[in-house]
Amino acid sequence: MKSLEELKRIKEETLKAMDLRQAKDRGKIVVAMGTCGIAAGAKDTLMAVIDELDKAGVHDVQVVQSGCMGLCDREPTIEVSMKDQPSVIYGDVDDANARRIVREHVQGGQVVAELVIKRGNL
Amino acid sequence: MKKLFSTQIVIPVDSNSVLQGALEVKHLLEETIRTYNLASQVSVVETGALGIYDQGVVLAVFPDDVYYGNVTPSDIQEIVTEHLLKGRVVKRLAIDRSLSSRRMVEKETGKSQQKIVLRNAGLIDPQSIDEYIARDGYAALAKALAMQPGEVIQVLTDSKLQGRGGAGFPTGLKWGMVAKEQSDEKYIVCNADEGEPGTFKDRLILEGDPHSIVEAMAIAGYATGAHIGIVYVRGEYVMSIARLKKAIADATAYGLLGDGILGTGFSFNLEVYRGGGAYVCGEEFALLESIENQRGEPRNKPPFPPQRGLFGKPTVVNNVETFANVPPILLNGSEWFRSFGTPSSAGTKVFSLSGDIVNRGIVEAPMGTTLRELVYDFGGGITGGRHIGFLQTGGSAGTVVSERELDVPLDFSSMKTSNVSLGSGVILVASEDVPLLPFLAEVAHFFWHESCGRCTPCREGTLQVKTILDALVSRTADPAALQRLSRLMNTFTNTSFCGLGQAVPLAFESALRNFPQVFEQALAASHVPEASAESV
Ligand SMILES: Cc1cc2nc3c(=O)[nH]c(=O)nc-3n(C[C@H](O)[C@H](O)[C@H](O)COP(=O)(O)O)c2cc1C
Ligand code: SF4
Repeated sequence: MKSLEELKRIKEETLKAMDLRQAKDRGKIVVAMGTCGIAAGAKDTLMAVIDELDKAGVHDVQVVQSGCMGLCDREPTIEVSMKDQPSVIYGDVDDANARRIVREHVQGGQVVAELVIKRGNL
Repeated sequence: MKKLFSTQIVIPVDSNSVLQGALEVKHLLEETIRTYNLASQVSVVETGALGIYDQGVVLAVFPDDVYYGNVTPSDIQEIVTEHLLKGRVVKRLAIDRSLSSRRMVEKETGKSQQKIVLRNAGLIDPQSIDEYIARDGYAALAKALAMQPGEVIQVLTDSKLQGRGGAGFPTGLKWGMVAKEQSDEKYIVCNADEGEPGTFKDRLILEGDPHSIVEAMAIAGYATGAHIGIVYVRGEYVMSIARLKKAIADATAYGLLGDGILGTGFSFNLEVYRGGGAYVCGEEFALLESIENQRGEPRNKPPFPPQRGLFGKPTVVNNVETFANVPPILLNGSEWFRSFGTPSSAGTKVFSLSGDIVNRGIVEAPMGTTLRELVYDFGGGITGGRHIGFLQTGGSAGTVVSERELDVPLDFSSMKTSNVSLGSGVILVASEDVPLLPFLAEVAHFFWHESCGRCTPCREGTLQVKTILDALVSRTADPAALQRLSRLMNTFTNTSFCGLGQAVPLAFESALRNFPQVFEQALAASHVPEASAESV
């Protein structure tokens, strides 16, 4: 026998697992998770990206991991491709920079110029 | 956190896709995912049908929003190694059904599916009560239990919800009638007989979202003072029956059915009854007779089921789609519901699109959607770019109309205003290459076969209609055939005992009205064989 509170808890927990079943078509953030990236702290970057998106309630941006992008001296790197815009690769993305990119680029639509390594597709 | 960066593959497992190997594909997919050590990142989820037909086994990959169609076991290796490992879409299998492409269509045409009834179908795992709860499932029951029964009925009455089983009777009024009756027992019955050829909407709801029916029936029980519910499911709907039974068991385990639901004093139990499969058993009295283990034949009306129904007790009989509307109405209010549809008909309708149409399948659209929108915008037009020959709306017990009726908004009043029947929402499209008369002969055979034989006008009348149509097809009709057909139609309307006989004229009268030349030509080309000419 479940109480109303228990039903609410079931709802919250199950919703998290179901979140993935939505189309995430506003954009994509690729975090380079090669050995070099991970050594440079890409795991923290990944967590920061996910956490910041979550906090902002952004659910239609995909977060994916990839291998090394070949820009090892600027790791951790991430690539942000918002729909209908050229993609941007950022370097030296630590926790704080990752959060800034999510806020300014993903949410605000402004590329964070000083962190850019490359614009356009590789 | 980990779940956020994994992939989910949704595979609709319904009675159609199972026949095409959905379960084999699913098992192989899971196995291959394990082989490649992806099990911690990729999950496979079963859902009900997405309303996509003619595409075999479908896989939807999220969050990528990529849909694959006609997937066979031999494609799995490629999907796993290409898509899941390397992130490359397998183009040869991709179908254009992604949510984003659907949104594009919506943007371009300004038309979108409005999902109330199908809010969960194809989205949740129908066998998971937790996923139903996640989508606000059982919140409407909880809300109802905190209201007075009369208030619940008032919300439904104000919503203007009308029965989706064909007759369009106001649901709030029906529940109110049962609530008013004094009786030691009352019953809630769900009509899931779905005998109309070409309709498969109730099956899609039962297979894809069984808990919505369980919840709605419990709400009906609370509102009317009933403690027992029975879902009468068409015998062939094996998967619907299995999923309902699981839903009932899970809801009972959570205390959402049974005694003292959600800690209140309200008790409600549900059973599933497997029907025998005759078309007439969809008629509410024949259905009740069938549950009572009698021959499925209609009874005299009045009294109606709300007064004397199952075992002589006050009984609510509602269609599956009608019930599926109830929880959202309670949660969102009657005004919200009335904001969809037309002044005469609130809410949406689930349409079953079939025939010579590009996207066959199920579509939920607001009441008042036109045939043109259904056929061209949702249905993608006629296959092979051909023209429309004729359309049948509302099923065998519906109307046969021409292209001239394409702009009639379909709702409960379109029969009265434009002679286009909504019925249970079947739209059958026939291209210009389909001859009308043999089609009508099929309809005549159907009625002749399904007439229960209880009353003479229908038993004998359906035989005569069938004979006349057969004669028109074989060009052996006598000159008076059309007059006889018209006279017969009046007899059906005026003297048939139940709705089956009363509905027979709809198809033939509308066909005669909309395609008189087809009948006249057949008559003109007819030669009466010697022997039968004498006997007439
Ligand atoms: C011959 C005949 C067949 C019917 N078949 C069905 C059916 O398959 N499903 C259904 O819901 N209603 C069917 N009906 C309508 C039912 O008698 C009844 O009106 C309906 O179940 C009431 O539910 P609603 O008010 O929710 O529409 C049929 C009626 C007739 C006369
Ligand atoms: S109208 Fe037809 S189906 Fe209905 S009772 Fe008479 S014979 Fe039976």
